[in-house]
Amino acid sequence: MAITFTVNNKPANVDAGPDTPLLWVVREHLKLTGTKYGCGAGMCGACTVHLDGRAVRSCQTPVSMVAGKNVTTIEGLSANSDHPLQKAWVDLQVPQCGYCQSGQIMQAAALLASNKNPSRDDIVRHMDGNICRCGTYPRILRAVERAAKQGV
Amino acid sequence: MGYVEKSAKIDRTSEISRRGLLEGAAGLTFALAIPGALVMKPIAALAQGTTAPASIGAWITISPDGAMVMAIPVAEMGQGTSTGLAMVFAEEMDADWSKVSVVYPPIKPEIFGNPMFGNMMVTYGSGSVRGYWDKIRLQAAAVRNVLMQAAADHWQVPIGELHTEPSMVAHSASNRSISYGEIATFAQVPATMPTIDKSALKKMADYRILGKNTPRFDIPAKTNGSAQYAIDVQIPNMVYATVLRTPVDGGKPNHVDDTAALAVSGVLKVVPLPNSVGVVAETIEAAFKGRGALKVTWSARPADSFNSADGLKQFLDRAGKLDDKGVSYVATGDTDATFAKAAKVMTSQYSSEYVYHAQMEPMNVAATVSPSGDSAEIWIGTQGASINTGVAAAMLKTTPDKITLHQFYLGGGYGRRSPADMLPEVLPLAKAMQRPVKLIWTREQDVKSAQMRPMTGHQVEAALDAGGNVLGWRHRIVGESVVAYRVGEKALEGAKGLDGILLEGAKHEYGIPNQSIAYLRENRGIAVAAWRGIGAGYNKFVIESFIDEIAAAQNKDPIEFRLALLKDEPRAQAVIKAVAEKSGWGKPVADGHALGFSYAKVVDTYVAAVGEVSVDTKTGNVRAHKFWLALDPGIVLNPDSVLAQTEGNVIFGLSQTLKEQASISDGQVDQNNFYDYPVLRMSEMPEIDIQIIQTDNPAKGMGEASLPMVAPCIGNALFKLTGNRFRALPMSPERVKAVTGV
Repeated sequence: MAITFTVNNKPANVDAGPDTPLLWVVREHLKLTGTKYGCGAGMCGACTVHLDGRAVRSCQTPVSMVAGKNVTTIEGLSANSDHPLQKAWVDLQVPQCGYCQSGQIMQAAALLASNKNPSRDDIVRHMDGNICRCGTYPRILRAVERAAKQGV
Repeated sequence: MGYVEKSAKIDRTSEISRRGLLEGAAGLTFALAIPGALVMKPIAALAQGTTAPASIGAWITISPDGAMVMAIPVAEMGQGTSTGLAMVFAEEMDADWSKVSVVYPPIKPEIFGNPMFGNMMVTYGSGSVRGYWDKIRLQAAAVRNVLMQAAADHWQVPIGELHTEPSMVAHSASNRSISYGEIATFAQVPATMPTIDKSALKKMADYRILGKNTPRFDIPAKTNGSAQYAIDVQIPNMVYATVLRTPVDGGKPNHVDDTAALAVSGVLKVVPLPNSVGVVAETIEAAFKGRGALKVTWSARPADSFNSADGLKQFLDRAGKLDDKGVSYVATGDTDATFAKAAKVMTSQYSSEYVYHAQMEPMNVAATVSPSGDSAEIWIGTQGASINTGVAAAMLKTTPDKITLHQFYLGGGYGRRSPADMLPEVLPLAKAMQRPVKLIWTREQDVKSAQMRPMTGHQVEAALDAGGNVLGWRHRIVGESVVAYRVGEKALEGAKGLDGILLEGAKHEYGIPNQSIAYLRENRGIAVAAWRGIGAGYNKFVIESFIDEIAAAQNKDPIEFRLALLKDEPRAQAVIKAVAEKSGWGKPVADGHALGFSYAKVVDTYVAAVGEVSVDTKTGNVRAHKFWLALDPGIVLNPDSVLAQTEGNVIFGLSQTLKEQASISDGQVDQNNFYDYPVLRMSEMPEIDIQIIQTDNPAKGMGEASLPMVAPCIGNALFKLTGNRFRALPMSPERVKAVTGV
């Protein structure tokens, strides 16, 4: 079936089964491959995108649910990769393999959008659903703190 | 070390061939000639129009404006080596770092192979820095020499009067200088690059690039979604595939009922494969649905009756039967006689379970096969590039040059991405479809088809004299052979039955005169693999826990005890003393907390660590609050990368210490996904404090050196907290609670 929604402020019209995970629609139908497949079970956070500004797991979101809504992926987070989180991520050399980092950044961006001055505990609680197998957690934490300090 | 993979017979030329260099020189702009090449950093301002970039040997092109593209033949999986080895290259050729880009070169092992691994293009075993350290420096020095000779000819002055500055050749006597970019426009590149003597290489004191924090090339693209992993590839006319694999390793599909799978909208074809059944579809979601609808029966396997819980008991029983000698790995002095006359003998048994790589990018690959079936194109993120081209060539009965391999970033490697195990699935599918096929495993398939670090059982014994001196050491290691599974029985035979992967880390520097270390091989038909840290992950746990046991039995401080045993090891002494001071060893700690210590030399890096730990005796939950590490890897390429790798090692190591276990029932992995194979999360991470002690020794790999330190630190701290020794990995809440629970 045809489903219409907005991705990164552009209209999207895709033909996919209503139960198709948004993840595959974004990655393979729309070719926005920054959003990653990690577990398909909502356990790792690699597929995190924003749905009307809220962080959701795109692997657990049927595309039928996003009809008429606004989806933001890592590609649409900022115009020039200059979101304070992205800058902090580069400054602190956060990524290793990098595969989880789109999800980490999108998860963190949703936090800073609603809480300009999160405590360390706030950050850890908010980020705990996002796995980084390489073990970049210490740098993710510092980068979120830095971005918060510099203002979003 | 130095094990070789199955396809090692290809491209084992130990010297760079003349043909290879000529090829390189002829293919002037290799960096631009490879469509879809993995360029780690956007290639800066290559000359527009008039003059093409010039190739100075096979490893570098230089544009008139000075932009340099270096061929760095290592897979980038976050370890940072594509930047680190470019720093080595730039340092030795005296390049202006701001003008350097890197590219993953074509698969030409005769030019770009790693001498440590039979000149294959592979990225594993913490071998990139170790293996390429001399090779890249000599290449870079040769490039510098060619540039200097060209300037000398140009100015008609002796080369001995010239020196270099960053990307410049200068003649002090006439106060002239010329840029590398300009020289490249007229330089005559010799057919054979000059041979440089190692003694002429730059000395550490003169480094200006190495040893400075340098941003990695791959990082910006990893913050905006543009970094390309193989799973991201989009090929015109591509179809999608997934597989249902045999539940027990090695099984073959006996009967395939594909009626329901073919009825799924979008499913194009179901193809039985050697050890799996492939489902090809127009979309990945259809392929996944089709997989779920398959009904397959599988051939019987020897492992069908294997259960890991029983297996571990059998491994430990065997470790204790001293008549069963196994294969001797280390035999120094007279261990049997030393034990026979010892004043005291201490004996303990240790164990570790199977663990899964849990790399974040599920296994995937894309490929096309030509209509004639004798050439292929492969899109993959792999640690084993030449292994994959070799296996693909063998499968298609052709030569490796007919296989084009596109290297991508790896979403986690840790040893999982070394073999060519995806090719027996994707190549037949691509051939059958005559369309590009992108094959993606589900996470569940990735777990069920895990290739694991082997489960191990250990018996370790110490013979002491009346004064408590350790005179004898016996360590018996029981487990399946990774080399035999991965490379073949012949390879294990060739290594005299000693599995270098499983035994890694079993040797130590403690000056014990009589030692016997033996390998007792099991063969249970389980898929086993190299896993970050390989054997050191459990062997150092055993050694460092047992040394702690010996010290505790004599009421000796574990650090003082080790320092006495390591009196002839100055680099070990330095890291141990540094971490003791940094951690406040011997001073009071918070109520309910304790410090545990470990030391080891892992892949030639000296590491000492202290962990601060507490335990909830009711739940069995162990909490690591802080880790201090001091390490001496020799010359440090990129200090911030060493820190990043060490932080990752602590977290990965803590995860395997406290949480990770893949159990086997009836030959099948019991776990499914991250809900029953949990890995460490942010809320569980400790604070980490790292001190790098650089010494003027050859640079070493840092991707796994610190991981083995974590488990013994935790176990040794738990002993202080509870009075109990924890000798089994993982120290899961259930196991800890069984001992401490009230």
